[in-house]
Amino acid sequence: MAGASKAVADSRANLPFVYRQYSAEQLKQVLHKMYLIRRFEEGAEECYTRGLIHGTMHLSIGQEASAMGICMPLAEDDQITSTHRGHGHCIAKGAEVKRMFAEFFGKTTGYCKGRGGSMHIADVAKGNLGANGIVAGGIPIAVGAGLSSKMMKTGKVVVSFFGDGANNEGAFHEALNMAAIWKLPVIFVCENNGYGMSTSTARSTAVKNIADRAAAYSMPGVIVNGNIFSEVAEASHQAVARARAGEGPTLIESKTYRHRGHSKSDRNRYRTKEEIEDWMSNRDPITLFESELREFGFIDDKGIEAIRDAVAQEIADGIEFAKASPSPDIRTVQDYVYTEQA
Amino acid sequence: MDAMVRELSYAQAIQEAMAIAMDMDERVFLMGEDIGVYGGAFQVTGDLVERYGTERVIDTPISELGGAGVAVGAAVTGMRPIFEFQFSDFATLAMEQIVNQAAKMRFMLGGEVSVPVVMRFPAGSGTGAAAQHSQSLEAWLGHVPGLKVIQPATPHDAKGMLLAAVADPDPVMIFEHKLLYKMKGPVPEGYYTVPIGKADIRREGRDLTIVATSIMVHKALEAAAALEAEGIDIEVVDLRTIRPMDKQTVIDSVKKTSRLMCVYEAVKTLGIGAEVSAMIAESEAFDYLDAPIVRLGGAETPIPYNPELEKATVPQVPDIIAAARELVKGVR
Repeated sequence: MAGASKAVADSRANLPFVYRQYSAEQLKQVLHKMYLIRRFEEGAEECYTRGLIHGTMHLSIGQEASAMGICMPLAEDDQITSTHRGHGHCIAKGAEVKRMFAEFFGKTTGYCKGRGGSMHIADVAKGNLGANGIVAGGIPIAVGAGLSSKMMKTGKVVVSFFGDGANNEGAFHEALNMAAIWKLPVIFVCENNGYGMSTSTARSTAVKNIADRAAAYSMPGVIVNGNIFSEVAEASHQAVARARAGEGPTLIESKTYRHRGHSKSDRNRYRTKEEIEDWMSNRDPITLFESELREFGFIDDKGIEAIRDAVAQEIADGIEFAKASPSPDIRTVQDYVYTEQA
Repeated sequence: MDAMVRELSYAQAIQEAMAIAMDMDERVFLMGEDIGVYGGAFQVTGDLVERYGTERVIDTPISELGGAGVAVGAAVTGMRPIFEFQFSDFATLAMEQIVNQAAKMRFMLGGEVSVPVVMRFPAGSGTGAAAQHSQSLEAWLGHVPGLKVIQPATPHDAKGMLLAAVADPDPVMIFEHKLLYKMKGPVPEGYYTVPIGKADIRREGRDLTIVATSIMVHKALEAAAALEAEGIDIEVVDLRTIRPMDKQTVIDSVKKTSRLMCVYEAVKTLGIGAEVSAMIAESEAFDYLDAPIVRLGGAETPIPYNPELEKATVPQVPDIIAAARELVKGVR
């Protein structure tokens, strides 16, 4: 997806990767989507607090650059598997927020017709095979999708998103090994936000970097600052190229942070206010990306304001759409358990 | 003209079904531990790797959880994998993918995907393999909505039900009793299916309905033949599918015979016999019962190594004869 013309590219020769690779329009679109993810989750949180959404949810606020950077080089028919903290992945892969809100509200117009909710949000038409409530549950499934791609010669690349907690599950190790021995077009993306629920990676994980695990499976292990969009996108770009060339999988560790707690039950007793405050004030991925866009002349205050306004409208419309949508008929309680056969 | 019928072993019938499925549909492929040049632990895949190549007969690492997940992922994205567990006991290592993913994915995603995966489980005792290689865990999976669980008892059904499973859009779990693999029986050539969810009356009778599964169908038939001389006329219903269960065939049979016995190898408590008994108790057949329902199931113990102990843990023909005689005549 090379958006920048040659003359423009030359003038950007010393800028970070994405500013050489993509057009101003594409980059503004990225900022738009980062805001969309942020405001979607803030909106969902507010609806939850007001009792409009039940259950629980896991917010990825603070991790937007990771979702967007990884999905940037993906084509529409490339596929992802996602996690319980998967709203950002879903939007980054192309989902509409109104249908996501509708799912959170449990409505028939939701992506899962109200059967999945936040933890199973999916958009199969856009290649999102679904968030997963089981830590590491989606990783072997992504390898299976990669096997399909190879056997059917579709050229599709599959990204498996997971968190740092998943790196201590057996499924992670079994899946990476199989992807490596069969050279499958799969990209394993560990969004390391420092904590598996309350347990820090320092307390849970024997290696310093989760990317170090890649050595055990003879694949590249790449560490990026997950809060810097360009760094993430560049690593993803290289991993996608490697996968498409038939050279096999890559493990990317995207080091990031979630501003909110693990889920709605979290009292944040395992980390300090200062730590959270530092990440929010000094390393917010949207602020960082916005500053770069401004500094390199891709956008001005007016442009940013326009994006924020457009996103606010989209969120308000999405919530209205969800509210106005019908709930499932109770008589359909057993639908979709099995495939309906004529 | 009817297809030519030959005698094949249960294992050969499964192998033939897999070959036909691969010939008919290039999306079908096999995965499992040592199913390639080794031919599978029970020689069910045999020489298929020579005929279909390592691309379609894939030896996996010893990674049951990951392997099952890969099969699920391939199924969701357009392929038709047949995944062999080396022993059904190893399903315990893959429960996450079977129960949380394969069974629920269509539902959780509101019908946006199907999971056409077939998993094969060599099950049961009688081979001296002791407690971790002899279990009958079909009821575990039968408890999970989203899965279909079948137990073919004959070579004919093993082939036809496997082909039905491959054609099925949903995950189908096939429990194959290891002692059946060498059993021979008539098997038609070519493609045919035996429907999932349909029981089969293996023997008609007036005095007692025995609902049996898998290898117990043969033991029940043997018991029925022995009791014929005593004037006891037994109907043997081969359940064939435990989810979704063919309730009507069992209900109709019990209404005819007024007596019910369930015979199955898995641990008796909380098993298929409990389900069939409760189903009859809830049905119109309850009023027809002339005697309490009897369950013959496995002992409340892991499978022991010693061959005499091993036999004693699961119902044998003399047990069925004695229980049937008592149920029909009131004397042992």
